Order: sequence, then structure tokens, then C-alpha cells
Amino acid sequence: MTARIEVRSVSKVFGAKPEAALALLHQGATKEQVLAATGCVIGVDDLSLSVLEGEIFVIMGLSGSGKSTLVRHLNRLIDPTCGQVLIDGEDILAFDKARLQHFRRHTVSMVFQGFGLLPHRTVLENIAYGLKVRGESRAQCRDRAQYWLAAVGLQGYEGKWPHQLSGGMRQRVGLARALAADTPILLLDEAFSALDPLIRADLQDQLLALQQELKKTIVFITHDLDEALRLGNRIAILRDGRLIQVGAPKDILEHPADDYVDRFVQRRVATL
Amino acid sequence: MFPDDLTFSIADWVNRGVDALVTRYGDVFRQVSDSLLWLIVRLESGLRWLPWWLLLIIVGGIALHATRKVFSALLIVGLLFLVGAVGLWDKLMQTLALMLVATLIAVLIGIPLGVMAARSKRLRAVLMPLLDVMQTLPSFVYLIPVLMLFGLGKVPAIFATVIYATPPLVRLTDLGIRQVDPEVMEAVNAFGASRWQQLFSVQLPLAMPSIMAGVNQTTMMALSMVVIASMIGARGLGEDVLVGIQTLNIGLGLEAGLAIVILAVVIDRITQAYGRPRHQVQP
Repeated sequence: MTARIEVRSVSKVFGAKPEAALALLHQGATKEQVLAATGCVIGVDDLSLSVLEGEIFVIMGLSGSGKSTLVRHLNRLIDPTCGQVLIDGEDILAFDKARLQHFRRHTVSMVFQGFGLLPHRTVLENIAYGLKVRGESRAQCRDRAQYWLAAVGLQGYEGKWPHQLSGGMRQRVGLARALAADTPILLLDEAFSALDPLIRADLQDQLLALQQELKKTIVFITHDLDEALRLGNRIAILRDGRLIQVGAPKDILEHPADDYVDRFVQRRVATL
Repeated sequence: MFPDDLTFSIADWVNRGVDALVTRYGDVFRQVSDSLLWLIVRLESGLRWLPWWLLLIIVGGIALHATRKVFSALLIVGLLFLVGAVGLWDKLMQTLALMLVATLIAVLIGIPLGVMAARSKRLRAVLMPLLDVMQTLPSFVYLIPVLMLFGLGKVPAIFATVIYATPPLVRLTDLGIRQVDPEVMEAVNAFGASRWQQLFSVQLPLAMPSIMAGVNQTTMMALSMVVIASMIGARGLGEDVLVGIQTLNIGLGLEAGLAIVILAVVIDRITQAYGRPRHQVQP
């Protein structure tokens, strides 16, 4: 298996004085100390990981752990303060505007926690959005969108507006929109977190079933260990922008790297 | 008493500047003036050439399309009929033409400026105080140099109207675009939409209620300039108000004044209806 995505020593500092904050971090200061000294917030701190071809890679952490910031580096919705992001061996930070646009249209697509649907477009138009943006023919857009609409189980809803759908259905639209773009890499940022438990389980099943056929490289962000264990081929655990542990679900359960991870695992054992 | 040695005046300096502008670029301004006048006169004669009943039908059709209510459309047509019935039809058309051209220019300037302001904090910082000045500076102050540059008549009236009526459109366009849900913009960006695709397929449509509120404000403010416009020789409903004041003919003034109100109501109803989103967007 080859690495599709490689993140190399990426740090992201939000604020006016990123260099000063980075220097402090290298001296071993904590997140809170850096915030107090420079007013900068640390999103991601010297983080490296790689995601293999065809796997579901789950990034887990509590809110504020930097997981949503990290995933946005993979399609450059956020640029790092320092470090490298390689996709298929190419440094995406070196891309110019045109190359980046092409990359976003053809290589990577994304599903958002708050759906990010276009409220003034119908369900079908929303699903076709990625195709339309890259200039596919109208017939092609309609056919592909119809196919994915059916694949996520929304037949009959093509002409509806997003606000007429329930949360679970809206996220199916978000998923179909990302799948219709037919990119090898799929990013899901807390895609199912806003949904109630039964619908969440439904969508998890659906994603797993689709992945059986599609074999995409998926990066899945969640704060829920159950979800991570259920979906992930490998799981990375983040805390304060740092990588605490990476491993298969079994490793995480049997050999938690530290107290933080252990607390997640214990909580789960307690509820079982 | 304020000490004399601390006072200064920019009046002479400005006067010389305007004089120089008039002597040096007078021809250019005259040309701009002529082509603008041509547009207004064309529109005006077109509107007056249309049979009155056809115009009422057209306005009724637009009103019906905008409001989707038969009653509103009938009311709008009825009010305009009333203006014709008191003998002010021609003047109504003159005012309408003036207003349409002023609004068109305000839209052509205001929406792009608003879009740019939404994208650049720096531009907004410069633009906003300028808009405040445009709205609060008494119109006679800039009317004088405009008169010197463009002569009497409709063209300076248009300029004065545009200066006064553009600011709300810039502000509301800027506001509307900045209020587009950031997650929607993030999603659109993640799918690799270009700047123009973002603008035309997402930002402008979603900002449309706000932009239409701006157009509505612009037309209302343009109408409020009608009487001032007539003072510098633009004909229309304002003329009758002015004559009413000058000859103490209160009835004449009131008739024309009410006709202006009716025009305002008609345009207000139509632009507001277009501003309402067709599919109620829920957060």
C-alpha cells in the first residue's frame, strides 16, 4: 500500500505573530503559555501522519483538538504556518491558483458538519454542483447526479429544496455531492456528528457499503470513539493539535498510548 | 471669538480648481452630458409614445409577476391610472425616465462597488466614510459644480441623484455578500469554484434579498430628489411641486406631491416583492 496523503511536520498558528508563537512552541511551551505570551492560538502543532491508498483514516479528538483545522489543510482551505502536505507525492502547498483549482475539482472532495448546501439550489442541482463547477455537460451533470441521488437513497427528492429535508437527508445530499465529483480522496469533517444516533448509524453503514465498492481514500473526522472504531481502518488521536497515537482500532483499545486515550477507552468500556 | 490667525479657507483653492476643470475639460464633460441626455430623452419619448393603457398593462404584468397577488397588481394599476386622471401622465413619464436612468447608473456603480467592498477590508475602510459624506453633504453643495460642468437640465439632476442614491445600494450589497453562510462559501471553495463562479452562482443569488432592498432604497432616495432636480431644470412631477410653492397653489403642489408618492409606492411594492426569496431560506 502506498501513502496517498502525507502530512509532514505541519504547524498552524492562528493570530498576528505566528513566528514568535512557533519559536515558543519549539522551546516546549504549552498551548496556554503561547496564547498568554503572544495572543496566538495553536491549531496544529508539528504534526506528521500518512494516509494509505484505499483506507478509511479516522482522526479523532475532542473539540479544540485541531482535527477540523488539520483536515482543511488537505484541500488547502487552510494553509499551514509551516510544514508540508503531499498528496500523491506532490507538494500541494506549491500549487498556484489554477493548479489548486484543478486539484480541488478532480482530486479531493469534502463533506461538512453543517452540510454547506446551497439553499437556492434544488437537491439535484446541489449534488451536481461539483460537476457543474468543473464544466461538465448538462446531461452528464444530470445523469451523474441522478445516479448518486439514488445511491444515497433520495429518489423522489430531486426537485426539493435543502430546507425541506431533515438533517439526515441533507447530509445524504452532502455525501452524494462529494461522491458525484468522483474524486479519489474524500474528506468528511464531523459529517455525521450533528445527526441523531439512529440516522448516524444508518449513514455509517451506508458509507461502509459504498466504500466496499469505491475503495476511495477517506479521511473521517469525529469526536466519537464508537464511530471511529466502527469506520476506521486506522485511527489517529489528536489532543491540543498534537498527535497522541495512531493505530488500528484494536491497538487503540488494547494499548492506549496515554491517560487521555485511556479515558476515551475506559468510558467506552463502562458504557458497554 | 475664534482667533483670526488660526482660520483658513479652502474656498479660493476649490474655486480655482473647479474653474480650471471647466476650462480644461469642459468639452469632455459636455460629451458625457450629451450622451447621457440622449439616453434619457430616448427613454422619455419612448415612455410617452407608448399608449397609456399599454403601459398600465405592462406595469400590471410586472407587478403580478413580482407580487404574485392579483389584488396588489390591480391596486398598483389603479393608482397609476389615478395619476393619469389628474392630468399628470406626461410629467409622470418624465419623472419615471429620470428615475430609471439614475437607478440604472446607481446599480451599475453600486453593485460592483459593494462586491469589491465585501472582498477587501481596506477598500471598505476607505469607502464607508466616503458614502457617509455622499449621503450627508447637502445636495446643493455638489449641485453647483455639477451645474458648471454639465449645464442646466436633466443631466446634472441625474448626477445629483446618483450621488445621493448610490450609497445604500453599496452598503446593502456589501452586507448581503458578507452575510452569506461561511460554511456554504467554504463548501463551494472546496469544490474548486473560481471567483466568478462563487460570485455569480452563490454570493449574488444569496445576497439578492439584501441587494434588492438596496435597489429599493436607491429608487426611494432618487424619488426624494425629484423636487431638487426640478430646481435645476429637470422637468417632471417635481416641477409642479415647485410651481405650487412659488405661486402658493397648494392644490397643484399637493396633486404632484401625491403623484410622486404613488410612483414611490408602485416602485417600492415591485422591488420589495422581487427582493423576497422565492424559497424561504431557513438557517
